Amino acid sequence: MRLGDIVKRLDLKIESDTENMDNEIISGYCSDLLSDVMGNVRKGSIWVTLQTHKNVLAVAALTDVAAILITGGAHPDQDMLSKAEDEGIPVLSTSISSFEIVGRLYEMGIRGMRRGD
Amino acid sequence: METREFNVDLHIHTALSPCASGEMTPEEIVGRALEKELSIIGITDHNSAGNVGAVWESAKGTKLVVIPGMEVETREEIHVICLFNTLNAALEMQEFVYTHLPSIPNKPDIFGEQVLFESSAKKKTCERMLLTSTALPVEEVVSKVKKMDGIYIFAHVDRPSYSIISQLLFIPENLQDAAVEISPKANPQEVKEKYPSVRKMAMIKSSDAHRPTDIGTGGTIICMKEPGFRFLQEVLTGKQNNNIIFK
Repeated sequence: MRLGDIVKRLDLKIESDTENMDNEIISGYCSDLLSDVMGNVRKGSIWVTLQTHKNVLAVAALTDVAAILITGGAHPDQDMLSKAEDEGIPVLSTSISSFEIVGRLYEMGIRGMRRGD
Repeated sequence: METREFNVDLHIHTALSPCASGEMTPEEIVGRALEKELSIIGITDHNSAGNVGAVWESAKGTKLVVIPGMEVETREEIHVICLFNTLNAALEMQEFVYTHLPSIPNKPDIFGEQVLFESSAKKKTCERMLLTSTALPVEEVVSKVKKMDGIYIFAHVDRPSYSIISQLLFIPENLQDAAVEISPKANPQEVKEKYPSVRKMAMIKSSDAHRPTDIGTGGTIICMKEPGFRFLQEVLTGKQNNNIIFK
């Protein structure tokens, strides 16, 4: 599914300048533990988290996620956004909870495939 | 510069931390510290400096130097030891931390009692839950400590939780101008090999004492001119580890 369509339908805020809205989202992953994401997230996923530290981008870049979605009303700081631009990874946000947004992504047809599934 | 060796333990909890034993009273802590021939102790309860004053009082008349501090839990669930030159500074930090802590009351039968000592005879309970994350990102905690000219040390970085490494996978460069703490049983060389981002930082061991018998088990000696806060600060923000010895 095209990232831009997800952003529109779920009314997500685009936090980063990088507008790779044509990125194809092939699966989703929800976790706030960076080590867990590093081990499990599939390339091309949308990563749902409430973490906003810039190290999130280091993990995202290493694992080739297609987008990061920050939940619960949290917002990435400038450090995180600068790194996002450097890496070319779109960062989005929503005020609703991880659980709720994952539910809505699932309803749209996004499944939680992990690397190796 | 002529330096002497001082036994230090910069991470000690009192009965204010719900996870610490009720035996961690000011008198007990000072007594044990002197027994273990510690020169400097850091009093670092979770998100609070409420008992620092009482421990300081108990140490009056002895040679023990009590450093006011606390162990702040950041938004990312990282534990940061924050130490200050004065009790007032630690209390100022406490107020700052309290405004970013959720207002949840403690449940003593699940988490343990949080005992505040106003004096050795007078005690009361701290109602607000201290064993939880503040809403403060780690950079904000560090920035506040720096502004107050305090010392910050990333606690127990070798542990699988509540460590900056477990939570962020590595220490970002902008946070490397400080010290890391490892557990008493950890091997400093192994930790440095495993985690490249700690290599340029001062490394100490602390007991993270929750019970009286834990006090002083960190086995760290710091070489300084005098056992004072500013000398400590120099060593802990320096890039070399030659002033730090592990027993």
